[in-house]
Amino acid sequence: MSAFETFLEGAVRAATPLGFAALGETVVERSGVINIGLEGAIIAGAFGGFIAAGSGNVWLGFAGAMLAGMLIAALFAFFAIGIRADQIITGTAISLLCLGLTATLYQQIYGATGAALSIPTMGETELPLFSSLPLVGKALFAQPAITYVLYISIPVIWWLMYRTYEGLALRATGEDPRAAIAAGIPARKIQVLSVLFGGAMGGIAGGVLVIAQAGSFAEGMSAGRGFIAIAIVVLGRWHPFGVAAAALIFGAASALQYFFQALGWPVPYQLFLALPYVLTLCGLAGIAGRAVAPASLGRWPGQG
Amino acid sequence: MLCWGQMGAELALLTDSLVRATPLIIAGLAVTLAFRGGVFNIGAEGQLLAGAVAATTVSLAGASTFGRVVVVIALIAAAFAGAVWAGIAAELRRRFHVLEIISTIMLNFIAIHLLSFLVRGPLQEPTHIYPQTETLSSAARLPVLVPGTRLHFGFALAIGFTLFFSWMFKRTAFGFRIRATGASPLAAYTAGKIDVPRTTYLVFLLSGALAGIAGGIEVTGVTFALYENLSPGYGYTAIAVALIAGLNPPRVIASGIFFGVIETGAIALQREFSVPSSIASVVEAGFILAALTLAAIRGRQVLAKMAIS
Repeated sequence: MSAFETFLEGAVRAATPLGFAALGETVVERSGVINIGLEGAIIAGAFGGFIAAGSGNVWLGFAGAMLAGMLIAALFAFFAIGIRADQIITGTAISLLCLGLTATLYQQIYGATGAALSIPTMGETELPLFSSLPLVGKALFAQPAITYVLYISIPVIWWLMYRTYEGLALRATGEDPRAAIAAGIPARKIQVLSVLFGGAMGGIAGGVLVIAQAGSFAEGMSAGRGFIAIAIVVLGRWHPFGVAAAALIFGAASALQYFFQALGWPVPYQLFLALPYVLTLCGLAGIAGRAVAPASLGRWPGQG
Repeated sequence: MLCWGQMGAELALLTDSLVRATPLIIAGLAVTLAFRGGVFNIGAEGQLLAGAVAATTVSLAGASTFGRVVVVIALIAAAFAGAVWAGIAAELRRRFHVLEIISTIMLNFIAIHLLSFLVRGPLQEPTHIYPQTETLSSAARLPVLVPGTRLHFGFALAIGFTLFFSWMFKRTAFGFRIRATGASPLAAYTAGKIDVPRTTYLVFLLSGALAGIAGGIEVTGVTFALYENLSPGYGYTAIAVALIAGLNPPRVIASGIFFGVIETGAIALQREFSVPSSIASVVEAGFILAALTLAAIRGRQVLAKMAIS
């Protein structure tokens, strides 16, 4: 593979967990809820995926990851939607809870040293025909199978959001839940289901880290991806295609590290690790005034 | 002798808790003031690290010139660095309407990686073996408060800062502007003729400066050197400290000590019974959720006003 192909392949690999998490959060935010606890769903998904993949079946691993993410999302939904606690504080607490809980459980179950246990990982599956496309074929279509699930879910989520009645109800809820209720839309139910869906996607993102990439669990391995995903949703302007593109840009920023290393540039690696976060700030400043958030994002009308 | 040993151990556990509580109180105060002023500063962690970097740099460079006064200069530098780090997010909010919830979290990660770069690069100790800076000379350290323990003067500073800012918050015009802006920006502007953006900006910088001081005190009072993992998430725990204090400045002292005891206890548990110390985060999160539930039962929000819109 050429240097460009290696770079693009790395970009897609880094973008996959971000894409899952950000697409899920897109649906959540379009329903008017902001879930900062996404970071918690990702690390819970990583842990759940790690346990479930120990069975030997990678798809069972992803099911476990999804379930763990949904469980955490249900907890968030209880506080943020059920008793209408502040969404930001609830989310922060949930992230803290999950980072602490997974670390504690991991050390309890696998010993304080946390010897690197490995699980079966999902290898690359080459898609015939697609993978022989010039330049991008190998990079885009010789990925773990879960990446193709992401490719498919992008247009599917778009179609559900913009071409079905349920999607319209979702977007109406995000703009004004009370007006939605007046129109006969079960707004709170939609918000709860959206949060659960977001949790499932966040869980899968964690599963990707463990099952398709690292091959083992590590404390705090989500490394702020939940927060980056939330920024990606803003950069993608709450639209599935925009969000997918923004995730790929972030993947590319992460992959630059290997690209420059391959070129032999003597740039300290820590600066590359900081790059995605710097890029987020620049991106957020760059789209100032042009991004329009769902009108009731983060609060129930009349609250506070 | 056994009895003395036991008492010594208990005294050490107490003073260690207060040592641990010191950055939590100051950073908790930083978060409290920000939240009450309508600023969602989740970035105390990054601002604390910025303060630690500045304090270390100044202490190492100035110890021979300024003697014991260098500690004071180091803490002022720490406050400045914390304010600058918060200032990036404040500026992004003012000019580009970037949500500080996201920008401060991003700045936390940037600070962590920059710190990692500094202690392995420009600020590394002369032998270039360990990823840390040189150790501060004894002149550049905060004095010990109780001889024979690790309890340092920073704890007294933490109490002093809390009392001072509680007074400012409650009794001065600036304190009133912060409260009014946080409670309702529109009312503060229309009824009180308060310059809301300016107040928001200032409280953001003040919050960053306090978090920076927390980092400076940690370096000059406890670690005496700069290294990665200098902060075990003080800036995040500070959010829990602020919320359990009900965002009420004077209560931050008790809340900070409470979390200091929890975290020190968790470390002791790990040592004695090999219970992972990460259990402390679980307990802290549990307390935040419990506080949210209580507030919901009483029919009011923890925060007067969400800053998201």
